[in-house]
Amino acid sequence: MATNYREMSAAELLSLEPPGWGGALLDGLVVSLQVALLGYAIGIVIGLGGATLKRSGGPVARDLMSVYTTFVRAIPELVLILLAYFALPELLNNVLSVAGFGRIEINGFAAGVLVIGFVQGAYATEVFRGAIASVPVGHIEAAHSFGMHPLRIFHRITIPEMLPAAIPGLSNLWLIATKDTALLAVVGFTELTLAARQASGATKHYFLFLLAAGGLYLMVTLVSAQLFKWLENRVSRGTRYA
Amino acid sequence: MPEQTLMKPHRLIMVLVAAVLVLTFAFMMDWAWLPKYSSEIFDALWITIALLVSSIVAGFLLAVPIGLVQVTGPRPLAWLAMSFCTLIRGTPILLQMWVLYYGLGSLFPYMPGLRQSWLWPYLIEAWPYAFVALTLSFAGYEGEVMRGAFKGVPRGELEAAHAIGMHPFTILRRIWLPRAVQRVLPTLGGELILQLKATPLVATIAVVDVYAIFGRIRQETFIIYEPLLMLALIYLILAGGIAFAFRLLENKLPARG
Repeated sequence: MATNYREMSAAELLSLEPPGWGGALLDGLVVSLQVALLGYAIGIVIGLGGATLKRSGGPVARDLMSVYTTFVRAIPELVLILLAYFALPELLNNVLSVAGFGRIEINGFAAGVLVIGFVQGAYATEVFRGAIASVPVGHIEAAHSFGMHPLRIFHRITIPEMLPAAIPGLSNLWLIATKDTALLAVVGFTELTLAARQASGATKHYFLFLLAAGGLYLMVTLVSAQLFKWLENRVSRGTRYA
Repeated sequence: MPEQTLMKPHRLIMVLVAAVLVLTFAFMMDWAWLPKYSSEIFDALWITIALLVSSIVAGFLLAVPIGLVQVTGPRPLAWLAMSFCTLIRGTPILLQMWVLYYGLGSLFPYMPGLRQSWLWPYLIEAWPYAFVALTLSFAGYEGEVMRGAFKGVPRGELEAAHAIGMHPFTILRRIWLPRAVQRVLPTLGGELILQLKATPLVATIAVVDVYAIFGRIRQETFIIYEPLLMLALIYLILAGGIAFAFRLLENKLPARG
């Protein structure tokens, strides 16, 4: 059954029920947000670890972190995605078969989360390093002298005190994460951008669907910016120059 | 700050490990395809560099008025510039490129008279769309940076120029713009590298840049690792070159005060 898309109005084309393609776009948006959220979370974990290493690790750890950030900053995400999607599974399978395990497969979702987490980790390291440096040393020393466990100091003193300085950077990183998910379209992973492309290819209404996807991205950006502003106000309660 | 010297035992060992790794890659892996494709790689490299340089120059020329009107321009213009920056910074550049190429490109044939105009031969090629998308993207990001830079120039300097009777355009040309550019220079190197990282997206609209040529090599040779590693190396070298050039430039120019 062929649908006559040519004579449908924009509202019909964008409706959530087929033959409209709005539902496909929203599904794509959800997938994009999932990849972005997971990658962002991984990035924050890497960033916290990396910042701690850069501040208090040995010279080797510090230099290795510099190598990591340099590579991530210089190599396009698109190339990293190809590496994660094509080269990494092959490498893992070679290693696994030597060790006598079966083959594994990395799908588009996992590759996307991995790459975005890897990239975000490098930038988050810098954000957290700067933010942690803004915590007065005296506060941490005071906690030390009370006999607090270092981990406890980290989550009771360091993290709450550095958040006001870290939130603007983190907000920026989240926006980058949501936009970077679009690159997964290149390896054929159906997130929002590729969903829009498929919808426009099927209906021949290229302009409409690509603009609609742009509108969705813009909405995510604007809503996130508001959320982060609220968060920034919240975490900087009680700071002197908030 | 880590010291900028290699003359430390652990760094020497790291360099040694890196050298061994590179040599293993160079001798143990299959590079037989490289000579066959080398001329095509260089051609494609030129496309990448040409797109990078042209989009940066054009984008920066756009970014100056976009930043300026947000600081001093009339309301509607300021609002327009701000919306443009939000729009560019709020959507992925891949999508922007596709909106231009597939979206606008699919509408052009229906516009009356366009087929007969002198523009038509360009509109059926892919690279103008790539150039425009990269330029607009750079203008959007850099426009925001320029806004901050124009705003950050001390008011006293502008007032002093005004007081000795300088024409507003002379103030802009001789004081405001140079001082603003001086402020963005330290971040410009990073922005150029970000722009470099955006150029491979043009491969998705059929422009044959470095990224695209390596895609073809991978399809034709079925080699998994080597082309991807080579591609990553090329971008590393390009980014390193930009960073190095900007370090030289910063040392040459007077420090900002």
